[in-house]
Amino acid sequence: MNTTAMAPRRFRLGFWSILGVLLLVPFLVITYLRFAKGLGTVTNLNDSFPWGLWIGFDLLCGVGLAAGAFTLTAIVHLFNLKKFEPIVRPTVLTGFLGYLFVIMALMFDLGQPWRIWHAIVYWNPHSVMFEVAWCVMLYTTVLALEFSPVVFERLGWHTPARIIHGFLTPLVILGVVLSTLHQSSLGSLYLIVPTKLHPLWYSSLLPLMFYISAIGAGIGMVILESYLSGRAFGRHLEMDLLEPLARGMVVALGIYGLMRLQSIARNGAFTSITSLTYEGKMFLAEFLLGVVLPIGLLAFKKLRTDSLWLVVGAFFAVLGFVMNRLNISITGMERAAGARYLPSLSEIIVSVSLVGMGIAIFALAVRFFPIFPEPKETMEPEEAEH
Amino acid sequence: MAMGLLFDAVKCIGCEACASACKEQNHLPGPVEEHTTAYTWTTVKSKEGVFSRTLCMHCEVPTCASVCPVGALKKTPEGPVVYDAKKCMGCRYCMMACPFDVPKYQWDRPVPIIGKCILCESKVKKGEPTACASVCPAEATIFGKREDLIKEARSRIEQHPGEYQDHIYGLTEAGGTAVLMLSSVPFGKLGLKENLPSEPPALRTWQVLSNIPDFVALWALFLYGIHWITARRSDVAKAEGSK
Repeated sequence: MNTTAMAPRRFRLGFWSILGVLLLVPFLVITYLRFAKGLGTVTNLNDSFPWGLWIGFDLLCGVGLAAGAFTLTAIVHLFNLKKFEPIVRPTVLTGFLGYLFVIMALMFDLGQPWRIWHAIVYWNPHSVMFEVAWCVMLYTTVLALEFSPVVFERLGWHTPARIIHGFLTPLVILGVVLSTLHQSSLGSLYLIVPTKLHPLWYSSLLPLMFYISAIGAGIGMVILESYLSGRAFGRHLEMDLLEPLARGMVVALGIYGLMRLQSIARNGAFTSITSLTYEGKMFLAEFLLGVVLPIGLLAFKKLRTDSLWLVVGAFFAVLGFVMNRLNISITGMERAAGARYLPSLSEIIVSVSLVGMGIAIFALAVRFFPIFPEPKETMEPEEAEH
Repeated sequence: MAMGLLFDAVKCIGCEACASACKEQNHLPGPVEEHTTAYTWTTVKSKEGVFSRTLCMHCEVPTCASVCPVGALKKTPEGPVVYDAKKCMGCRYCMMACPFDVPKYQWDRPVPIIGKCILCESKVKKGEPTACASVCPAEATIFGKREDLIKEARSRIEQHPGEYQDHIYGLTEAGGTAVLMLSSVPFGKLGLKENLPSEPPALRTWQVLSNIPDFVALWALFLYGIHWITARRSDVAKAEGSK
């Protein structure tokens, strides 16, 4: 492939590509074992703990951290705040890759992934998992369509790009509606376990909490990703765009934090915190690091407008989000299960490898498609290359 | 006609004939295991000097059936909650959601399915008792219409008030179950959950899910409204700018 147009700087592949190859071998071995011998051989899952890291991290966090895509498309295309347009493309790409990551992880976690199409054929509208399955399918399609004009542009196919552009408003609305359903449905998954999920996390408002915290974390990811891709591709942070987004993140985190406290008060679960039980400590770590700290930092304009503090605040918001999803899916379920669960090394390797593949695809996509604003050199319209 | 089982821990002598009969009836490989698994659908264990049985409770409004995305689990009118292995894709939400922790998984198989007591569906359909009930030598597990079993349980409690806890486990737990239990010791000591609400857990999700169609319509309309207003505003601004 030619590399004349993009690639502002040669992507430093040394360390990461070696790590990638080192991970690839165990990843392939684990994949073989998982499909040849069953889930029990590679995971720490068992009858007491049927859902582990692949659901808690890959599914719950993968979907949540992709929430930047619907948030930003809504801001730009529905609220008409066009100044945010330059960061829409990388965010939509992240969202799309995030959903691909989720689907890949489900291929490992489902007992019989080759039957994933059953959700299309056999309906059960009473099941939240049915809603989740449809949202994954439909929203992945919407994200692909939202991103497709970038590919069409690169290929010089102007007609399909124009068609998509004509449908952009309904497409964005569909994306926001599906995301709202999907983010909240992941919380609804846990509505069914009022006697199993610890009262520090159980709430009848779980769907709403999942939705609002995903908006916060999605924005956090946009900031982090701008920072990381800025480092990797030698670009500056778009502080004039990220600072108002951070303000939005603080508001989302604030509403979410209050909802959490109110729920815990209603469940009468504050004693678990004050007596510092295992769950209490895990909650404190999650809440102080992931909600209180980022709000405390980014509520100050002085810190918010400083790129370092901005990134630190966003990092803790994302970390807190991940901790929350893991606490709900693992920590909060342990007492009822009467068992402790720690992911096996194999489960971790699969998750890390899949994240790595996502990052690698992102890095490649950035080289071949016009994703970031104002590339150093002007793009030549691509002619057919043979 | 809704059938069910009554298990009476006071009468159980711990012979495990039910567990063996279950294995045979359902062609489950291996010996009876310590705990229920995908290959052992019922067990008898000694707890506090009393024998307790573990098996699927066959809820009146089964949580597993409500959460299964492909409808592989179903409540039949005869009482059993049955499982269609051909539909199951292995998400294991039923295991996560079941208030009694009943469904178990074949963790050791490349093409795994769920395993759980199906209340000998084929026999029950023909009007025959389940394998476990028909082999029980002590009348500790009896088969019958759920309403008759409730009457029988009540009369056992009334006739031997000192021997029984004054509670029929399964009458209201998780919305009521087709399998009912009697015990001389508190049910928690038998390893049964005592914190189950009488409202079926499935209702909690249905309260949310049933609102989705309305929500989708209103939310889409609202978002379109926002878009219309903001687009109009920028059109007006443009028009005024060009004047």
